[in-house]
Amino acid sequence: MDVDGESTSAVATEARLIPVLSGRSKAMYQFTQQSLPACKPVLTPAWVITTFFLVGALFIPIGLVSLHASHSVVEIVDRYDSECVPDLFKSNKVEYIKDMSIHKNCSRHLKVHKHMKAPIFIYYQLDNYYQNHRRYVKSRSDRQLLHGLQHNDTSSCTPEESSNGLPIVPCGLIAWSLFNDTYSFSRGTHKLRVNRKNIAWKSDRNHKFGKQVYPFNFQNGTLIGGGKLDPNIPLSDQEDLIVWMRTAALPSFRKLYGRIEDDLNVDDVVVVNLLNNYNTYSFGGTKELVLSTSSWLGGRNNFLGMAYTSVGFSSILVAFIFLLLHVRNPSLNIRAVC
Amino acid sequence: MRGGMGKGIHFSKLYTFSCFRSKFEDEHGQLGQRGYSRIVFCNDPDNPEAVQLKYRGNYVSTTKYTALNFIPKSLFEQFRRVANLYFLVVACVSFSPLAPYTAVSVLAPLLMVIGATMAKEGVEDWRRRKQDIEANNRKVEVYGKNHVFNETRWKNLRVGDLVKIYKDEYFPADLLLLSSSYEDGICYVETMNLDGETNLKLKHALDETASLRDVRSFQNFKSTIKCEDPNEHLYSFVGTLYYGGQHHPLSLQQILLRDSKLRNTDYIYGVVVFTGHDTKVMQNATDPPSKRSRIERRMDKIIYILFSTLILISLTGSMFFGVDTKNDIRGGELKRWYLRPDKTTVFFDPKRASLAAFFHFLTGLMLYGYLIPISLYVSIEVVKVLQSIFINQDRDMYYEETDKPARARTSDLNEELGQVDTILSDKTGTLTCNSMEFVKCSIAGVAYGRGMTEVERALAKRKRSRPHEVTDSSSDLPECNDHVVDSGKPVKGFNFRDERVTNGNWVNEPHSDLIQKFFRVLAICHTAIPDVRKESGEISYEAESPDEAAFVIAARELGFEFFERTQTSISLHELDHESGRKVNRSYTLLHVLEFSSARKRMSVIVKNAENQLLLLCKGADSVMFERLSKDGRLFLAKTMDHLNKYAEAGLRTLVVAYRELSEQEYKSWEEEFLPAKTSVSAARDALIDAACDKIERDLILLGVTAVEDKLQKGVPECIDKLSKAGIKIWVLTGDKMETAINIGHACSLLTKGMKQIVITLDSPDISDLEKQGDKEAIQKASRESIAKQIGEAKAQIIARKESSVTFGLIIDGMSLDFALTKSLESSFLEVAVNCASVICCRSSPKQKARVTKLVKVGTGKTTLAIGDGANDVGMLQEADIGVGISGVEGMQAVMSSDFAIAQFRFLERLLLVHGHWCYRRITMMICYFFYKNITFGFTLFWFEAHASFSGQPAYNDWYMSFYNVFFTSLPVIALGVFDQDVSARLCLKHPLLYQEGVQNILFTWHRILSWMLNGVISSMIIFFFITNSIVNQAFRRDGHLVDYEVLGVTMYTCVVWAVNCQMALSINYFTWIQHFFIWGSIAFWYTFLVIYGALPLKVSTTAYQVFVEACAPSPFYWLATLLVVVSTLLPYFAYRSFQTRFKPMYHDIIQRRRSEGSEAEVSAELPVRVKEKIDHLKERLKHRES
Repeated sequence: MDVDGESTSAVATEARLIPVLSGRSKAMYQFTQQSLPACKPVLTPAWVITTFFLVGALFIPIGLVSLHASHSVVEIVDRYDSECVPDLFKSNKVEYIKDMSIHKNCSRHLKVHKHMKAPIFIYYQLDNYYQNHRRYVKSRSDRQLLHGLQHNDTSSCTPEESSNGLPIVPCGLIAWSLFNDTYSFSRGTHKLRVNRKNIAWKSDRNHKFGKQVYPFNFQNGTLIGGGKLDPNIPLSDQEDLIVWMRTAALPSFRKLYGRIEDDLNVDDVVVVNLLNNYNTYSFGGTKELVLSTSSWLGGRNNFLGMAYTSVGFSSILVAFIFLLLHVRNPSLNIRAVC
Repeated sequence: MRGGMGKGIHFSKLYTFSCFRSKFEDEHGQLGQRGYSRIVFCNDPDNPEAVQLKYRGNYVSTTKYTALNFIPKSLFEQFRRVANLYFLVVACVSFSPLAPYTAVSVLAPLLMVIGATMAKEGVEDWRRRKQDIEANNRKVEVYGKNHVFNETRWKNLRVGDLVKIYKDEYFPADLLLLSSSYEDGICYVETMNLDGETNLKLKHALDETASLRDVRSFQNFKSTIKCEDPNEHLYSFVGTLYYGGQHHPLSLQQILLRDSKLRNTDYIYGVVVFTGHDTKVMQNATDPPSKRSRIERRMDKIIYILFSTLILISLTGSMFFGVDTKNDIRGGELKRWYLRPDKTTVFFDPKRASLAAFFHFLTGLMLYGYLIPISLYVSIEVVKVLQSIFINQDRDMYYEETDKPARARTSDLNEELGQVDTILSDKTGTLTCNSMEFVKCSIAGVAYGRGMTEVERALAKRKRSRPHEVTDSSSDLPECNDHVVDSGKPVKGFNFRDERVTNGNWVNEPHSDLIQKFFRVLAICHTAIPDVRKESGEISYEAESPDEAAFVIAARELGFEFFERTQTSISLHELDHESGRKVNRSYTLLHVLEFSSARKRMSVIVKNAENQLLLLCKGADSVMFERLSKDGRLFLAKTMDHLNKYAEAGLRTLVVAYRELSEQEYKSWEEEFLPAKTSVSAARDALIDAACDKIERDLILLGVTAVEDKLQKGVPECIDKLSKAGIKIWVLTGDKMETAINIGHACSLLTKGMKQIVITLDSPDISDLEKQGDKEAIQKASRESIAKQIGEAKAQIIARKESSVTFGLIIDGMSLDFALTKSLESSFLEVAVNCASVICCRSSPKQKARVTKLVKVGTGKTTLAIGDGANDVGMLQEADIGVGISGVEGMQAVMSSDFAIAQFRFLERLLLVHGHWCYRRITMMICYFFYKNITFGFTLFWFEAHASFSGQPAYNDWYMSFYNVFFTSLPVIALGVFDQDVSARLCLKHPLLYQEGVQNILFTWHRILSWMLNGVISSMIIFFFITNSIVNQAFRRDGHLVDYEVLGVTMYTCVVWAVNCQMALSINYFTWIQHFFIWGSIAFWYTFLVIYGALPLKVSTTAYQVFVEACAPSPFYWLATLLVVVSTLLPYFAYRSFQTRFKPMYHDIIQRRRSEGSEAEVSAELPVRVKEKIDHLKERLKHRES
């Protein structure tokens, strides 16, 4: 803000008092005498109004651009957790999901309402699922994930730390509760190309999950949690697991499943064949399948744009109120107060 | 008496108690009993019996800690603070599975904070230790087995050692004086370090030991001392010396105390009685009362509020958690099966949900512990130390003449300096220089001396400043001539200009005999000691008080040169006015009737060469005039007239008188006096007073002296400024009322328009009663009179409340005694606080302290006491802030003060500039500290609410631990050390700004709570904006989603930005330092993220690569940060802008005026200078005309 003349004049008088001072000792003198040249911002009406207007002028465009970006994203959300339960079990979904003998096939038809350009991201969304619960978050062993059996201490993984005297690989509640619904997509008669590679973080694949670690005894326990893993594929290639193990921040979350590498056109009907394996019924959670394109800002969410515009507008409003009050109360001269 | 009146007389006899030993018996009978059991084997410390006694050595340690106990003791000190203790408990519990984060991340900041504080303690202690080492290794000569004196270190001294001390050396321990270089075994001692008195005290050995002056004589010297145990009474000593088969009683007269200094005596021999910590001075060393500032006391309350908040939200959290956990198994079914509630520990067990909830409560206490700023105390301490350094460095408070900068002796009270409501000031040495100058005298009814006093000048100036009045040119003249006319070089302490008297001209005056007597009294009646410089023959004097020095100097300058004092005589060089030559005249000194504040006079009884017995006396007018004989009142009326004039001119006056004694009269009186003098009972003083009273009668008045106590430079201006700042100033002085009032006028405490209320007992009825001597009646009448006067004063004040009349209250010491009694206290205070200035004259040190306490407790406001002498110590310690003037009266006041400055006028800068700044800085800092921790702590809470209150923190452990240490602490420290709302010049120009501190408007509960609320709002904006904008969707083009880690980093980024930008918004003063710290902290957060994220997985755990891989490439992350940061700042910014515009505080106004340019700094001061110059020119012109 404004640098007023005072600091310079003060320096000038000081300089007169201390006639010969080299640059450094002068700086030292100013420092010890607390008279360093300084910027002293003052909230003058002009500054206040300018600032508020500037905030408005900056925020409203950003908000509009963000909104635009958000709107350019096409998103199809389909909740299937109750629809995929046969009517017979509608009253007792938990029993249905726990019954291993029942085949959990289900197919859904999604209509594309707007052209979707590849890559189209496939997400599954869970609600009311506390992946951020302390017991859950802590129940993993990063060193085991990287080093496998070379790292024996799996105490952090309780209660899923070992089976038959050997540490479970991968151990812990997170891995144990691996999401295991599967999806396949087709348009008309032919299947859509779904790329399920590179859905996890690169650093996770390369540095967090071992290339030599195989899940040889995963889900052998008495109580089966979620999905199983192919014991012949090393953990670093088990991208579903890696994605799952990046715990979500909030109880409602999406996770990346894969990418459809074909464009979808308006009024295309995408048939989803899914296996509804995962138990969200016990805790009253929901499951959704999401197909979404992305913009430079990511997925579809108007909040950021709305927030920007509303903060921008309210800041301009405040500026006007301030201006109005300022003009209407000119009599409140500061000199009168002294 | 042996040897008649000649030089051979043992003067010591007059002082010692050798004649009257019986008196001792009651006290000395206690020897050997409890409290009086010490036995010292003189010159025989190796005696097996002595060794067995195991008295402490002379090693002294004043350190708080030793190498061994430093760690435990300082740790204990640290954990006495509630907050630190809390963090210790948290750190301990964090090793259990209860902890939401790793133990190391809690321990590290705690260790850092504790370590920093301990280091500070350690350094302070190390300094004390260095002083100790210096003291312990000083050299002293000890009589050894080889029968010579060997040099040894102080610390090796043992009880019973025989030591030899030379001139100007300090005594290494409490010694028994055996003999000295003087044949009668006396010595002079300076006790400045003990009581701050600069005068020399006389000590003398027992006659029996005084002859041991030869090294050989100690070969067979063996004796035993039995005496009291070590105690702290500086002014008492009980003991006996068993020597030569006889018991000799000992008293304080034979004891030389450690830390006092041998003066004017070549050497002494002494026996070590108390060593090391047993010495009286060490026993006396008590820690000064610890003072805490108001702000800090309120801060404690805030901490308690935060603790309650902490408990409340933990409780809320644990209740929700309990319910959630209980629901995990319902009817045998697992609800949240992914948590395996069937196979769990107690902390998450649905079957024992209430227990789990309780444990969760503990977890919550740890998790939300960020509400309590761990680094607050240590930051405040660091800030205060740095503030003190700036105070010490201030050039404008540096006094070149004595090379003394201001010194903040404690850093705890910096902000209290900005809140002072009442200043209680000593007068002498504080407002005035305490360098007395003899300016006038009135002898035989004729006034001499043409000098003009500061006060007269001030009065004249005031008159002149009135435009309509015709200036009295005659009063102007001396001002200019003062220093020019007199050809002689200026003599310190002497500013007497009168050609009728100087250069021996007094001989031609009408009453030359009286003038001669007058100056003889001045030359003889004192306790000063001459110090003749060998090479030049110049004589300087060591006197008890500067007044006395002024008298002796005046006498010297006028031809009565006092040049030698032996124990029995005083010798003068006198100008013989017949021959016109200098002659030696010696007077045999018989008795000195010493000065005391009760007696208010001193006398000497001498015999002159003509064998005349003379009593020479000088004293305060109130006691002297009534002691004049009928014949001695010859010039009384005129003298009194002069006296009043002098007092009006702000001079200190003493009445000089004498009388001749007949041999008979003297003898009979002495018989009465000696027992009184040698008694040791409590009534000793009273007995002596009574005896003195008998002889100090029927005096013949000679005249009056007038000594000027010069005002210090800049005092009136300073007082003017301070009172403009709304600070009330009370002057507590020992001076008489007229002088005090005049000083009050001179230093603009009392102004012309002011209505003076005088409360005094100086009324005829009471003096009538006094004459009758009925003590009870006097008491009663006095009390009634005071009550009546206070009542009247009250009525007066109430009556004029509406009008703008200000009042000045003047009260004398006697009345004060009554006014301070329980019944009158409150009404007195009520009157006093309604007066703009209060002057208490004739007050004793104790009264000063009592008045201070009354003001402090009665008004509940901050008091500042300022003084320079030992008599102000009580006041300085009693007041909230004690400021010592490091002037001439010793170091006692400085040693017990919190701040030391060299001149009174520096107080203006200390309070208005540093006080105001420090107050503002500390309050801002504390508010901000709470703000930043609440902002952070509450984001954790909001996250908890979305994590089923399981106690999972939103951030990585190390982000959290470093929050208070790296990312947010340095800008706060910069705020606390450097921020200035307005510059020093403007602070001084607008003294009213100071009221912000006095009324404490920057630290009201309203303000504190608003800041806290601001914190809560900020945390809400941060959490809800981030979660809502980020919630489900991809946050990058590549479709990746926000996980727990990314959310943590994003929120944390917003917190760091918001908190630091809030700081940038709140401070008023941006130098490169602030920029560096604020933007540096934010930059450091990013640097930290990159570095920490790049560390191997083992170290960085969940933070691995988060920033580089996930956040930085996402425009969303940056946009969200911008949105959130601006949104958190807008509410505060809007509030501030409306408030500064429509309801500005005083500093806002000044800031705005400055920025608008109407407050051109230099130009505002320039006209004053120009005006002064013009005035000066005008004056010179006028002189030329006349």
